[in-house]
Order: sequence, then C-alpha cells, then structure tokens
Amino acid sequence: MLEIGVNHYLVLSGLLFSIGFVGVLRRKNLLMLFFATEVMLNAVNIAFVAIGNYYGDLSGQMFAFFIIAVAASEVAIGLGLLIILYKKYGSLDLDVISSMKG
Amino acid sequence: MYEFIAFYIFAISTTILFLITVMSKNVLYSMTSLAGGMVMISGFFFLLGADFLGVVQLIVYVGAVMALYAFAMMFFDATKDVKEKHQNPTLVFLLGGLMALVFVVMFSAPIIGDNIQALYPVVDGVGNAQAVGMVLFTKYLVPFEVAAVMLLVAMIAGIILAGKKMDYSLTECEASDEELDAEILKGDA
Repeated sequence: MLEIGVNHYLVLSGLLFSIGFVGVLRRKNLLMLFFATEVMLNAVNIAFVAIGNYYGDLSGQMFAFFIIAVAASEVAIGLGLLIILYKKYGSLDLDVISSMKG
Repeated sequence: MYEFIAFYIFAISTTILFLITVMSKNVLYSMTSLAGGMVMISGFFFLLGADFLGVVQLIVYVGAVMALYAFAMMFFDATKDVKEKHQNPTLVFLLGGLMALVFVVMFSAPIIGDNIQALYPVVDGVGNAQAVGMVLFTKYLVPFEVAAVMLLVAMIAGIILAGKKMDYSLTECEASDEELDAEILKGDA
C-alpha cells in the first residue's frame, strides 16, 4: 500500500495530460493555449522518466531532455508569433483572430 | 514511506496548480501556478532518481521558459481578465473526461508489457549526471547536435519575429525588398 510503483506515476501522468487536454479544448486565448500545451509536455516527461526508471533504462531521461529542448524552441518561436498577432489584431482571442469562415 | 508521502504531496500540489493554470481567467495567476507546478514536477524527477533532469527542469523550464513568458506578457495586457466565450462547456468536459480515461489506459499500457528490455541500462558506480552524459554523448550524440541546431534556429526566429522593426507589420507588407530597405533606412535617419 505504501509502495509507490510505476503505476502511480503513469496514472498521475495521464491525469495531468488530461488536464492539459481539457485546457486545449476549452481555452480561447492563445497564451492560455500555450500554457495548456506546456502542461501536456510536462505530463509526458513524467511518464518517460517513470518508465525509464522502471526498466532501469536511461532512454526515458534522454527523451525527456529532447522534449524540454523542443518545448524551449516552441516557446521562443510561438511567443514571437503571438507578439506579431497581438500587434496586428490587438487581441489574442481565437474568435477575433480567426479569419476563415466556418 | 518517505517516497509515499513525497509522491502524494507532489501529486496533489501539481494537480491543483495545473488545474488553476487551465481554469484561471487571469494570465498572471495562470503563469504563476504553471511555474509552481513545474517546480513540483522536478520533485518527481528527483524522486525517480533522475537528478540531472530535475535540475534541467528547474533551470530551463522554471528559469528560462517562465522568464520568457513573463517578458512576453509585457506586450500583452496581463492585468485584465481574459474574456472567453464558451459555446458548449458540457461537451468539452465530456470529451475531456473520455480522453482522460483513454490517456490513463494508454499511459498505463507499459505495465502489462513484459517483453521490453533496457536499451541503455543505468551504469553502476557513477552518479546520474555522469551516466546521462555517457549515454548522451555516445548513443544520442546526433540527436543532441540536431537539438542544438534547432535551438539556434528557434533563437534566430524569435529575434526576427519579435525584435525586428517592432512597429512594422511583417506579415502584411506587400512592398518589395528595396522599398522596405528604403523605408527602414528612412526610419533610422
């Protein structure tokens, strides 16, 4: 009962990923959407490290490193795009920004 | 016993902080709780014996990424609440709940997979940082270099997108390059 196994980490990771997923579904502000994606990336990192620990393998940690690198570059480019969008539309709301009908 | 206590403290606080991130109307609260949740996640990494990754999580995520968000928020109005029009909240939560179930089953699948072997086993006798370095600079050297190039590209793209002629619309410009250069020169003079 007091033993924390890989199951605990995996279930927690799934829960956190779902929180991020609900955020992506319900958010209309682009900055908030970015936050929700960060939550999802972090949840996957936990799963990778937990499984790597379970199998005594370092690959899980390696993939977590690369995910962190990808997240960092995503933030750098995404925030640049957000600034341009904000300059153009004066808002980050998806309903305001969307230009396609339908 | 200590792992039990630590795991549940970290798990509950991470879940609550990330729920605040997803549900809050205020950008500032959202960002602060996201940073707090990431600190708690580094706690999981320390618990799992991935010391180096935990430190990287603290430095890169909580340090660099959050600082970048904080800087970017100076361009947006962060003090006023975000107004969002929700068309069908029940549907969103229904879909979210279903996806939660699917994700939990999906992420728990490795529990029943018993034919997986360690590809790069943890080396005995050295600390986590040395072991990570040994694998990263031998087996994962090429992805590591590619990641470095990707970060460089992202840095240049960030500078170009956010920094260059900030009062000038990059996307809506139909002028040719010469006209643009003349405009920029005139602006500098």
